[in-house]
Amino acid sequence: MEKMSRVTTALGSSAISGRTMFCHLDAPANAISVCRDATQVVVAGRNIFKIYALEEEQFVEKLNLRVGRKPSLNFSCADVMWHQMEENLLATAATNGAVVTWNLGKPSRNKQDQLFTEHKRTVNKVCFHPTEVYMLLSGSQDGFMKCFDLRKKESVSTFSGQSESVRDVQFSMKDYFTFAASFENGNVQLWDIRRPDRYERMFTAHTGPVFCCDWHPDDRGWLATGGRDKMVKVWDMTTNRAKEIYCVQTIASVARVKWRPERKFHLATCSMMVDHNIYVWDVRRPFIPFATFEEHKDVTTGIVWRHQHDPHFLLSGSKDSTLYQHMFKDATRPVDKANPEGLCFGLFGDLAFAAKESLISSDANRKPYPGGDRRYPIFFFKKPDPTEQFAHVSSALSVFETDLDSNRMDWFVKTAQLYLLCGKPFAELCDHNAKVAQELKRPQVSTTWTMLRIMFSDPANLTMPGLNHNLSKLGTLPLMNSFNMKEMSSGMGTESRLERSKGESRQDNIHLEPGNSHASNNNEENEETEGSEGQAEYMFCDAELDDDDLYSMENDNQAEEQEYMLPQEAFQLRHEIIDNPSAPEHLQQDKADSPHVSGNEAEVTCLTPIESFSLISISQPLFSPHLPASFFCPIVREMLSYYAEQGDVQMAVSVLIVLGDRIRKEIDDLTQEHWYMSYIDLLQRFELWNVSNEVIKLSTCSAITCLNQASTTLHINCSNCKRPMSNKGWICDRCHQCASVCAVCHHVVKGLFVWCQGCSHGGHLEHIMNWLKSSTHCPAGCGHLCEYT
Amino acid sequence: HNRASPSAFLWYLKCMFFLFFFVVQDLGVRIPRPLGNGPSRFIPEKEILQISKVDARTQSIFEDAFAALGRLDNISLVMGFHPQYLGSFLRTQHYLLQMDGPLSLHYRHYIGIMAAARHQCSYLVNLHVNDFLQVGGDPKWLNGLDEAPQKLQQLGELNKILAHRPWLLTKEHIECLLKAEEHSWSLAELIHAVVLLTHYHSLASFTFGCGITPEIHCDGGHTFRPPSLSQYCVCDIANGNGHANHHDDPLGNQMCGEVEVLMERMKQLQECRDDEEASQEEMATRFEREKTESMLVATAEDEECVPSRDISRHFEDPSYGYKDFSRRGEHVPTFRVQDYSWEDHGFSLVNRLYPDVGQMLDEKFQMAYNLTYNTMATHKDVDTSMLRRAIWNYIHCMFGIRYDDYDYGEINQLLDRSFKIYIKTMVCSPEKTTKRMYESFWRQFQHSEKVHVNLLLMEARMQAELLYALRAITRYMT
Repeated sequence: MEKMSRVTTALGSSAISGRTMFCHLDAPANAISVCRDATQVVVAGRNIFKIYALEEEQFVEKLNLRVGRKPSLNFSCADVMWHQMEENLLATAATNGAVVTWNLGKPSRNKQDQLFTEHKRTVNKVCFHPTEVYMLLSGSQDGFMKCFDLRKKESVSTFSGQSESVRDVQFSMKDYFTFAASFENGNVQLWDIRRPDRYERMFTAHTGPVFCCDWHPDDRGWLATGGRDKMVKVWDMTTNRAKEIYCVQTIASVARVKWRPERKFHLATCSMMVDHNIYVWDVRRPFIPFATFEEHKDVTTGIVWRHQHDPHFLLSGSKDSTLYQHMFKDATRPVDKANPEGLCFGLFGDLAFAAKESLISSDANRKPYPGGDRRYPIFFFKKPDPTEQFAHVSSALSVFETDLDSNRMDWFVKTAQLYLLCGKPFAELCDHNAKVAQELKRPQVSTTWTMLRIMFSDPANLTMPGLNHNLSKLGTLPLMNSFNMKEMSSGMGTESRLERSKGESRQDNIHLEPGNSHASNNNEENEETEGSEGQAEYMFCDAELDDDDLYSMENDNQAEEQEYMLPQEAFQLRHEIIDNPSAPEHLQQDKADSPHVSGNEAEVTCLTPIESFSLISISQPLFSPHLPASFFCPIVREMLSYYAEQGDVQMAVSVLIVLGDRIRKEIDDLTQEHWYMSYIDLLQRFELWNVSNEVIKLSTCSAITCLNQASTTLHINCSNCKRPMSNKGWICDRCHQCASVCAVCHHVVKGLFVWCQGCSHGGHLEHIMNWLKSSTHCPAGCGHLCEYT
Repeated sequence: HNRASPSAFLWYLKCMFFLFFFVVQDLGVRIPRPLGNGPSRFIPEKEILQISKVDARTQSIFEDAFAALGRLDNISLVMGFHPQYLGSFLRTQHYLLQMDGPLSLHYRHYIGIMAAARHQCSYLVNLHVNDFLQVGGDPKWLNGLDEAPQKLQQLGELNKILAHRPWLLTKEHIECLLKAEEHSWSLAELIHAVVLLTHYHSLASFTFGCGITPEIHCDGGHTFRPPSLSQYCVCDIANGNGHANHHDDPLGNQMCGEVEVLMERMKQLQECRDDEEASQEEMATRFEREKTESMLVATAEDEECVPSRDISRHFEDPSYGYKDFSRRGEHVPTFRVQDYSWEDHGFSLVNRLYPDVGQMLDEKFQMAYNLTYNTMATHKDVDTSMLRRAIWNYIHCMFGIRYDDYDYGEINQLLDRSFKIYIKTMVCSPEKTTKRMYESFWRQFQHSEKVHVNLLLMEARMQAELLYALRAITRYMT
């Protein structure tokens, strides 16, 4: 048996046999190591130091190396290594800083051979030279590595990392003189054993400690490192600069990493915290472990492949006081449970879809992709490996190309830009949007808008008398208006512009003779919607009836909705941010004769059918022959869902906004939020920032409106030294100058600061506006032709 | 005072601001004056303010802190001796209190209050009562823990154990908090709470250890009495605050050579290490001896100080303390740092559940542990790593945490009795720290060095508490 396994070429599974098995240890293990012929394993820990024989069916305790009455700290092992040349030789690293060697050939019970106490701190790692019998290397918390010649009483050379604690040292398998050391500060160093004065090369491998490293057994240039940052990285050391060639992201800090024998791309890892499993990764497939061993109940502290040429046996020790032999065939394969389907959209709307070949092959229409097999090799061919009981998924990739024209999203962009969502009476909005859709050759959408207008806005024609009635009382409105205009001059960005347009439209209405403007308005609408004219007229006729009827009918159940509208308008005049209609404010009494209720203004954002009723109601209480708007709600709801289902979430959201409270209650909040999110996402992908912002602002979902208030931080550079301003104040902490000085008045700008993106000069909004009225050059005198739009 | 110094200016600005506040409030009838003389009772105001004059870095950190908080508390002023550390400290504290985290803002401040109250640290309690109210906390909670939500009340037990006997913490305690029906904590919340608790326990140590004076706007920070000589206590006049220099103290001369002796010992230890190799049993007994001895170091004049009602209402069971157990001579179980260390285990757990904080704490610990100017009193180019390690390990030793690779005999060589008393008092019952204790250790050292020691003590204590708490949580999780 022994002789057989000494064969250094690849072994068939007949050489070593066994099964998945475990045995209880008396204490948690810190490290394990296996002897060269793979028949024995040594387990070391704080309170354990034993050798077990690996038999066919079980582990058999062979030797307890912890002898003596008083347990010495020299027995408290952080690491252990069995020499790969000399089968009687072991070395341990003790937590108290001692390096101990053990000779199993000693006749006495105490096998301790040599004791080196040169390190001042815990020794984290010991490593024998792979081919040299007497050479031992140690790495310690004190930042030093020492090389011992076991024939001498003390170390022959000391290597100072000049950085922090050494976590791992590993002799290269192929280069006789080279070893790698990993450090607590994230560095990895390469040393030549003959040159203790300085390292050959150093590079930063991880953020935070590098707990372990391992040379590839066959490929001399490859070094795997694992760190607290949960990564395993494979470095190619043959080039001038260490190059990261593979990186595997695990879910917990990586305590040990060991290349799998005979499998070029496989390595095993275990973690120090939280995660108890052992993973075997194919470094080319960094997203899913190739195999997992889930036996341990506490963190795994040591892993080792049983034989250096057999990939099927893995031994592991753990804090749960067990020692396991894992058979590779018993491993869990996460890949089997994974969903091997992938879906991705291309830049121009192409759709790529990869799925198991077996699912797709039945489709006769498939044509080979013209690109051929340029893609990532792993998906497509993998050497069939008879020794692995692992079904590789072979996927078929389908690419669905869409012809460019049909997939153009121009209509989306145009629609988004041209649609009006607020700022005009409901009917006008509908008409406008219908027209937009018509021009973009989308008749169905266009018709939908027209129908919406008919359904919901007929009574709105009748608001006019009510409006007149209100306008006649508008004593205070001009005052409000002027206030608004004044604010606007110092307003900001798009919002202020929006505000301006509102302000203007309202002003028009005020200055125009109400009768005229609205009469014409009326006519237009009536002409377009002829069918409804009769109705409208009918309602006109009844305009003079008593108000009480309506109040008794409408107010009871709809007072609540009405409340929302008035405060909103009041808010908008002063404060843009709290533009949230759901803020309840009780101004109910005002509704009949409030000076604020000019017809237009009330409709700015969300005039509800109810409200328009309330406005007419003053004059026409009786409208029972007319179908109430709520009658249509179910249909509209279905219609919106239909559009959303069809992928035209734009339509759904636009209608939602334009209809406002007419429909809002009908659709559950989650759906609305979903639509809003999708539409906003789309808008942002098309870089329609203004539209997306408007949509956010107009939305009634609290989850959406708050989007506007997230990430409002703006990072700026100092205008003097051009470096980032870290201070919150106005003074740059690097050049100690006031950073935001107005180029016109030379005072510090506190508040609104406008600056040219070309030359980065700027100042008070008003000052710059005034300056650029008279001059096109930058006020700072830098010669730049600033633009103010 | 030199008004040209910016931090001095800020200090005055602060005073002026509150002065103004009270003037406005009372139409100039009553004018408050700061009660203390500068930020610390132990350290002359002049020295603290001078530091920022020479160090541009301190200055900019002060400015940042002032801009961020709208105040510059006395703790920061005193820490200004060590700008490197201060930056790290403020960044962490700011993150814990203000930035993204599982707990809501008022919870965070309330937990801070609970932790500080455990050590009767009125300074921190007052500071955070203000903050707590400012972020919209319910004033009713301040009447006592019984008025706070059930969830916070449950934290009381953890607070108590962590502050005084962290080694008693078991996974059952954790389980209790995590599985309490509707009042239960989530793991992430718990980690946040644990970090806050340990932060404020240790900050309370620092506050007492450096004799931080109350902020002027807090209770006890100002007086309306006119200034008169009776305001100053005699020792204040004798020991600094402008007049007699601390170092000219006649007693100091008597102790002359203290620094030199210490340096000589360090040198010896460095050289003789290899000569006499202590046996393993010897090492173990040394640790045990140091541990038990640390229990016996009398903490202060053992007067029974009953916590004022005002503060004790924030915690239950005021009699529970470190003292209890040391009197009974209870055995503290040994915690092997090689089996559960901050770098390998604690960090990963914290960072997993409360991202970024692990990194910040890691930086802060390293900063505190590695901070050195290679000076000792007036001597330059001294390697102080041995001394720092001795202090750090001595504190961990008091909590039963053992480093396998440390010879605890070194502690005895390097830390004299008065220093041990100071450390012990500050770490275990900080409220009993007196000015005399502060002055009686390391008489020839500078104030900045004593503050440095305080930083070490504070961070070592925090790490010790954290290690126990995190180990319990890890055990719960596995």
